Amino acid sequence: MAAFEFIPNTPEDQRKMLAEIGLNDLEELFADIPPEVLRRFKPMGLDPLSEPEVKHLLTTLAHAEPYVSFLGGGVYDHYIPSIIPHLIARGEFLTCYTPYQAELSQGTLTWMFEFQTMVCELTAMEVANSSMYDGGSALAEAMLMAKNITGRTRFLVARSLNPHYRKCLETYAWGAGLELSEIPFTEDGRLDRAALPTEIDKNLAGLIVQTPNFFGVIEDLSGLKDLITDAFLIVSVNPISLGILAPPGVYGADIVVGEGQPLGIPQSFGGPLLGLFATRMNYVRKMPGRMAGRTVDADGRIGYVMALQTREQHIRREKATSNICTNQALMALCATIYLATLGRRGLRRVAELNLQKAHYLAEKIAKLPGFALRFAGPFFNEFVVQTRQKPARLLKALRDEGFLGGLDVAPYELLDGNNLLIAVTEKRTCEELDRFVARLRREDKGHAKRG
Amino acid sequence: MGTTIFDIGAESRTGLRLPSLDVPERNLTELIPAELIRKEDPKLPQVSQVEVVRHYTKLSRMNYGVDNGIYPLGSCTMKYNPRINEDMARLFAHAHPLQGEELSQGALRLLYELGEYLCAIGGMDAITLQPAAGAHGELTGMLIIKKHFERAKELHKRTKILLPDSAHGTNPASAAMCGFEIVHIPSDSRGLVDLHALRSNLDESVAGIMLTNPNTLGLFETDIVEITTLIHDVGGLVYYDGANLNAIVGRARPGDMGVDIVHYNLHKTFSTPHGGGGPGAGPVAVIKKLEPYLPVPRVIRVGARHAVAPTYALDYDRPHSIGKIHSFYGNFGVLVRAYTYIRMMGDEGLRAVSTNAVLNANYLRARLSKVYKAPYDRLCMHEFVLTTKGMSEELRTLDVAKRLIDHGVHPSSIYFPLIVPEVMMIEPTETVSKEELDHFADALIKVAQEMRENPQMLKEAPHAVPVYGASVRRLDEVRAAKEPILRG
Repeated sequence: MAAFEFIPNTPEDQRKMLAEIGLNDLEELFADIPPEVLRRFKPMGLDPLSEPEVKHLLTTLAHAEPYVSFLGGGVYDHYIPSIIPHLIARGEFLTCYTPYQAELSQGTLTWMFEFQTMVCELTAMEVANSSMYDGGSALAEAMLMAKNITGRTRFLVARSLNPHYRKCLETYAWGAGLELSEIPFTEDGRLDRAALPTEIDKNLAGLIVQTPNFFGVIEDLSGLKDLITDAFLIVSVNPISLGILAPPGVYGADIVVGEGQPLGIPQSFGGPLLGLFATRMNYVRKMPGRMAGRTVDADGRIGYVMALQTREQHIRREKATSNICTNQALMALCATIYLATLGRRGLRRVAELNLQKAHYLAEKIAKLPGFALRFAGPFFNEFVVQTRQKPARLLKALRDEGFLGGLDVAPYELLDGNNLLIAVTEKRTCEELDRFVARLRREDKGHAKRG
Repeated sequence: MGTTIFDIGAESRTGLRLPSLDVPERNLTELIPAELIRKEDPKLPQVSQVEVVRHYTKLSRMNYGVDNGIYPLGSCTMKYNPRINEDMARLFAHAHPLQGEELSQGALRLLYELGEYLCAIGGMDAITLQPAAGAHGELTGMLIIKKHFERAKELHKRTKILLPDSAHGTNPASAAMCGFEIVHIPSDSRGLVDLHALRSNLDESVAGIMLTNPNTLGLFETDIVEITTLIHDVGGLVYYDGANLNAIVGRARPGDMGVDIVHYNLHKTFSTPHGGGGPGAGPVAVIKKLEPYLPVPRVIRVGARHAVAPTYALDYDRPHSIGKIHSFYGNFGVLVRAYTYIRMMGDEGLRAVSTNAVLNANYLRARLSKVYKAPYDRLCMHEFVLTTKGMSEELRTLDVAKRLIDHGVHPSSIYFPLIVPEVMMIEPTETVSKEELDHFADALIKVAQEMRENPQMLKEAPHAVPVYGASVRRLDEVRAAKEPILRG
């Protein structure tokens, strides 16, 4: 047998160890596996590869031309400060697990504590956990938490919610026996408040909205909590937008969740992402997920431990607040370092750059013949454009010139006609925006001629 | 100790300058209504870049990871995390999940092939890579069971999930999230599923069983074929928690044991880093008849099987699917790492993994069961349990674990599984050397001696918080200059 670089035992080691155990042969170790099971075994048919070979293989698979991206819809092309990948690659962060032994995990527990504090600051909520899987499952867990607290089973969901999240909600709701009803959006792309009163009944557990919503439009949360009375107001946010936008906490939100990917996490084909989760202190014992809490050691020095573990699955078993165990810790560390690096003013500046550049581009596109903004509602860094030609065709033409031109909204069956969802981050330069506009103008002219 | 990033810095410091605005600046209130603008800034730190780097470097040194030494947490499979995995995952950092199939052929091919490998490893027919962790996989599996009985119009009567008391901690909560009633099945004196108790709970109300095999005592369920047959005989499904797959990978397959659904923990068996608690990945594989219920989208290969250049696509058209359980396609970066590992190990390497994982566990068991009590004194698989019960009037397993820290090693899992009092669950993995195993065993044996001789020492442990970056005292630089030793 060849020596594998990840397995230190030599044949001599193995002999000594077998002798200590009192066995003669390695195969005797597997005597408890029924012989018929062992007999049925078939290999994958894969030969081992060396590191240089596997590197060559993967490099070929990953090969990609660089694109100027206007793609969003839940994952965004934000700038990632260089220190983040360097710091999270430190072995003591990368290769440790859930901080079960607090004395050997003060690093993890401290940054978890910092992360929780930062999420509370961003959202204006009182308590946050140390991460969920992603924005979609965080929203689903918020729904389950509201059900557990209110004892009710019906939820109202804004139709303007990211349809990927909506699909996650539907799966979890079906599993838990919950009912979802939809609240439409108005002509300006915002939640239709007029549709709310008739939907409110005694079994209403919560209202689920996203801001900025899937169309990029900023929802007006004011007074929503009063409208739904004692049902839960559950809000999904883009954390970068909270550098400028009023946080859900000031509007009386009961649970705030969100996708944390914009906070220094690579797009990575949609994962690993980061679910944010925050609520109010009086619901903390019903909150899913891990939390770090501050304490002191035997000498009175400040230290951190995992707090309120009695909510969790390994202790509460089937009565736990959630089954979540492994979470997205390393991604939460990315977000912590991102927010520490940018700081209060840096985050606001990033948010402003997004907002200003998105509006610059939107106005330029709106002036082009054959294009119009779909919604009049206020937006942050993403907006919907109506196009004359099919977005799929338009996107292909744009791709040939190095642009990921946005997201074709048609497959989601939310809007009539041809619509393109365009996201603009701080990474896009004025030159790129102008070149993109010029390309759109040319494409539409060509289309008009062909058409 | 205790210092957070909020305790350092100064108002005018920054960790990153940003480009100036290169489009004409507008007043914020021209762009969004004033009432939507934040009145009070979030209180985030204001620190310089060097302070950020030093703070998090300091925090990292207060941690213990696999890179620091043996990390024998039972059922967590804390094996070495090859760094090539990290580099390979980064190759895909810029891929957007909605960039379209045309631009995603490499990523989709990787997902497709990883699915094929995992199916082959588990002896299963079809797979989803979407679940982000083991517990997420369990939830997916329970939803699949629910869907199966809903379509069979039996959901009203299939209300129970059987759960051996040696199953994983997350199992009961996962089943409960789908509305199933949990029926606990006790272990027998062998530490295995009590077949008598199992039989007495079998009827048409059983939707399925959730089985961790090897179980959390580190024992292989020798009656596994009989168990799966019994469950099938009453129309139930068998869910196999593959968290302990490291014990059998490359030599035995759940599919060959009569299992219907299995989840894999890529952050355990397949070497992806635990990251302080995540991200992991918990793919779920099923037998053919359950394939229609797998989450969407499915990654499919289009065109002939042996086409020169096959193409790959995302298939959402699965009317009986349970739906989506992740915003996109799961923890893709973790999947790339596992793919890299499987390709490097191949069949031969994976077989060497289970061989050495089980060898190492049994070696430690043989050495340590002379000093501690092994409640199930027999061959184990990749992990085993010991108890301190009866060894001391005043000391508990917690004290033993904390004293191990003073000896410079990470303690095992403690107080799990719940069925053994004062338990330590020890899983060394195949990536530790015999020298490290001996170091760990020596430390644990020494602590047993200290239990008798100096119980107070254990009660007060750990005595100093170890800082791994400063493991020596002052070094003699003069001597190093005078008598240079520049190679060993």
